[in-house]
Amino acid sequence: MQIADIGRPSRLSLRLPSERISAVFEAFDATVLARIQFAFTVSFHIIFPAFSIGLASYLAVLEALWLWKKDAVYLELFNFWKTIFAVAFGMGVVSGIVMSYQFGTNWSVFSDKAGPVIGPLMGYEVLTAFFLEAGFLGVMLFGLNRVGPRLHFFATAMVALGTLISATWILAVNSWMQTPAGFSVNEAGQFIPEDWWAVIFNPSFPYRLVHMVLAAYLTTAFVVGACGAWHLLRKTAPRRARTMFSMAMWMAAIVAPIQIFAGDQHGLNTLEHQPAKVMAMEGHYQSHPDGAPLILFGLPNSAEKRVDYALEIPKLSSLILKHALDAPLAGLDTIPEERHPPVAIVFWSFRVMVAIGFAMLGLGLWSLWCRLRGTLDTSAALHRAAVFMGPAGFVAVLAGWITTEVGRQPYTIYGHLLTADSISPIAAPAVGASLVAFIIVYFLVFGAGTFYILRLMARLPRDTMPELDEGPLRTAGVTPGPATANQGGRHGH
Amino acid sequence: MAIDLPLIWAAIIAFAVLAYVVLDGFDLGVGILFPFFREKHDRDVMMNSVAPVWDGNETWLVLGGGGLLAVFPLAYATVLPALYAPIVAMLIGLIFRGVAFEYRWRTQRGEFLWNWAFAGGSMLAAFAQGLALGALVQGIPVENRAYAGGWWDWLTPFSIVTGLAIVIGYALLGATWLVMKTRGELAERARGIALRTALATVAAMGIVSLWTPFLEPVYLERWFGWPTAIFSVVVPLLVLGCLYLLLKGIRDRHDVQPFVAALGLFVLGYIGIGISFFPFMVPPSLTIWDAAAPDESLAFLLVGALVLVPMILAYTAYAYWVFRGKVDPEEGYH
Repeated sequence: MQIADIGRPSRLSLRLPSERISAVFEAFDATVLARIQFAFTVSFHIIFPAFSIGLASYLAVLEALWLWKKDAVYLELFNFWKTIFAVAFGMGVVSGIVMSYQFGTNWSVFSDKAGPVIGPLMGYEVLTAFFLEAGFLGVMLFGLNRVGPRLHFFATAMVALGTLISATWILAVNSWMQTPAGFSVNEAGQFIPEDWWAVIFNPSFPYRLVHMVLAAYLTTAFVVGACGAWHLLRKTAPRRARTMFSMAMWMAAIVAPIQIFAGDQHGLNTLEHQPAKVMAMEGHYQSHPDGAPLILFGLPNSAEKRVDYALEIPKLSSLILKHALDAPLAGLDTIPEERHPPVAIVFWSFRVMVAIGFAMLGLGLWSLWCRLRGTLDTSAALHRAAVFMGPAGFVAVLAGWITTEVGRQPYTIYGHLLTADSISPIAAPAVGASLVAFIIVYFLVFGAGTFYILRLMARLPRDTMPELDEGPLRTAGVTPGPATANQGGRHGH
Repeated sequence: MAIDLPLIWAAIIAFAVLAYVVLDGFDLGVGILFPFFREKHDRDVMMNSVAPVWDGNETWLVLGGGGLLAVFPLAYATVLPALYAPIVAMLIGLIFRGVAFEYRWRTQRGEFLWNWAFAGGSMLAAFAQGLALGALVQGIPVENRAYAGGWWDWLTPFSIVTGLAIVIGYALLGATWLVMKTRGELAERARGIALRTALATVAAMGIVSLWTPFLEPVYLERWFGWPTAIFSVVVPLLVLGCLYLLLKGIRDRHDVQPFVAALGLFVLGYIGIGISFFPFMVPPSLTIWDAAAPDESLAFLLVGALVLVPMILAYTAYAYWVFRGKVDPEEGYH
């Protein structure tokens, strides 16, 4: 780029690098940088809730099973996953605080306008969920010896409940931004709540909530399953590894098909309220008056308005979306071009999510088959596949969020407020500098966290704390297991 | 409507921010004091003294920010861009110190890194909060529902002084917390630090208080005009009273009194700022009523807040009760 293009001629050639830098900043205006920053920080953040929602429920189940069956294996697993939960939860908290302030720093016009509607929902999230989680987290992590097992179980249950309540409110907010309802607009351009029931239970909220909570449970199940499978392959702590692997595979077998059904229902809801998003997901640039094909793969070409090298199944898209082979399906040609979402991103992220969903179903069915044949604990092929699939949930969750968030573009509040009109009156260098800072800090901090979590998972599930009242402990049902908690600890070392 | 909802909400938000300042203040303070304690054992005990509660403490900051978005969206939308750099710095500081609570126990080779992250993050977060406070006190211009100042307006001698004052004040809270929660040599050293930071805190409060009225004519009038001049007599007297109780508590080797007296100092400083501010939300541009969301939003969240805030206070108090008394060095779940 010529220096003259930038506007301020430099007297010294030494000044060239800083001119270059400002030229780069001009290529990325504040809106683009703020969008990159939001996408980056929210993508990092969503990983942790997706994991901690599922893990908190899993911990509550483990502790309940321990209290009920008095089998030490559940307490051992509880203590094992509790530590991992604590690390993941810490990362979720700090990345979440960033989110709660980013609305104000980078998206202040959006905050001013949408604050009266979404602010109270987020306020309720803090009041009903965050405090509950944070208040009882300390008791859950540190308090077993101080409050006894029953109150401790109550604390664990409250932490799990808190994560679910949190998901409910945040999905109400997100769904309202996707399918806004129950509001009016005042003379200052602010969205004013008219009917809170309609705001919260907006048309897409139930679908999104179910889809996300199931996704969180599946994500956690695949991490737990991978960890169990890895220990089964290494033949360390076989009883604990078997227990967690079996529990995780039940989850996969039962929840994966429910999730595929829920996702399909969510898709139909999206077609009704955000048709442009579905057109982008399906790659339908053109309308299909007599039945639309399902494009399995291809390269969306937004310049030419077609999908290159498309692999299509005739009529199937109409069958899935309209339940009739010849049903007409509108394409992006019915929508003004400046209102198109970025097709290629949505098209691909949607396929990644769906492919992983079916792979999860496949692993779940495979595990059922092995279970029936009695080879669940011994099939090395299944265990290897489960280890390989361990991170699949995270990828699917990210791909799903990319589909829904990018598919909503160019709006922040669908149909009402453009992303370009939501930005703070902020200079690009400020957003750019903070973006660079966040990228460096996140990779350092969350990279270290991921490393520590992986190392924790690679270690043996820990011994039961010796000072606890052990009581009469059952020997394990199927295989002759350890008779007491302490022996259980030694077993497998 | 007969009930002044914006005023009620201003009081609730003010309470949330005060709760944040005193609660996270002491656990940030523990981080700020880390460099003064070199023994690994001391640092383990210090960290374990706040580990069960820091997360709940920080939630008040989320309530402050989230609540501001909910009930004073215009204040949120103008203050945060104005304080862009200090806010980002605070967030980065909180990230480092927050994860240090868990990471520090997961490594031996890297422990020094997370010691740095904890201490440095705590200092950065505290200093950034002080900068933000100073910038808010010196005023934020608003035009057409948007911030109308420059990007470095927050950086002034005054805001740097308030930043340092907050770091010193949090260090005092941290030191008196350690006096209360620890034993032996660690508590002894904390007592010594508490003594010095107590004097430094009151000195810093004095400098900031004498400087503030000259930033805005409104503040000067508020403090030295009649009848509000009563405050400018009473508040400093109460501050001196708290200082006396604090020093006496340290000298007589009380465990709890120094901490409570230090909290008192913070509450008084906060009340002082409130006296200067009222009725502004964003001085000198937006009053509480300018910045408020419509009554529909205020009423909807108020119903929940009136039920939930007492519940939160109750179970937070319970969590503190569970972990009452001196920290047992052998304890911790790690």
